[in-house]
Amino acid sequence: MRVTDTWYLVVGALLFSVGAAGVLLRRNVLVILMCIELMLNAANLSFVTFARRLDDVTGQVAVFFVLVVAAAEVAVGLAIVVAIFRQRRRGATADDVSLLRG
Amino acid sequence: MVELVLFVLAAAVTLGGALGVIIARNPVHAALHLVAVLVAVAVFFVMQQAPLLAAVQVIVYASAVVVLFLFVIMLLGIDRRESLTEPLRHQRPLAIAVAVALTIEVAVLAGHTWTTGARTQQGTLSGGAVEVLAENVFTRYLWPFEVLAVLLVVAVVGGVTLARHSGEPAGADDLGEGRAAPEPGEVPGP
Repeated sequence: MRVTDTWYLVVGALLFSVGAAGVLLRRNVLVILMCIELMLNAANLSFVTFARRLDDVTGQVAVFFVLVVAAAEVAVGLAIVVAIFRQRRRGATADDVSLLRG
Repeated sequence: MVELVLFVLAAAVTLGGALGVIIARNPVHAALHLVAVLVAVAVFFVMQQAPLLAAVQVIVYASAVVVLFLFVIMLLGIDRRESLTEPLRHQRPLAIAVAVALTIEVAVLAGHTWTTGARTQQGTLSGGAVEVLAENVFTRYLWPFEVLAVLLVVAVVGGVTLARHSGEPAGADDLGEGRAAPEPGEVPGP
């Protein structure tokens, strides 16, 4: 039995769905950020798979850029979480800050 | 045969870890599950002729980003229980239904042949993936690369600014100025 490209794409699709479910299900802001990372990784996996299938390096370049953007996103996201937690000590779940204002 | 075993193992770790991230009650456990997922995805990268990306994945994601997550979790002490009350009614069942629908949708779309795409005629993977990748990043994609550098600088400055001057202190200054700024994670960006 050979491992075909489709298998990788299936794993990527499942990983993306699990991440999306996590964003919709969880209330903890940090866990939501982690689920966004899951979805980014699923997209990266698909990029790399297509890069190999089409024998084209552009997919890997895209993954490279996505990695950098994800690092920047995490830095800013966690800074926002820290800022929110400084203002409201009791709790800062996604429900507590659902109004887009202080 | 080796590839099959490796694939099955990595896929099991990936999907099991992903479920662990969204099931774990404690955010620290979720972060540790995330490490497992990231390393397994790095294994997939190695299997698909992307060794450089696998290394970057482990260095940037599995170490820097996750350490940043754990740092913030420990700093803020968020490892308490989440409330299970639903402000939007039926949100959880609906969320699961949406996720299942998304899976089916992706599966159906992937079954069509019009999703195959075409080559861009810019470089094949055959001549050593790292060399070709570097050549493309520093010639054809030099402008996006520089823009990314600017983005990283903006993110670092923005992160420090946000974590330092978060509105009025309101007696919340016991976290200490500057101690809360999550600078250490940004540095390993390539």
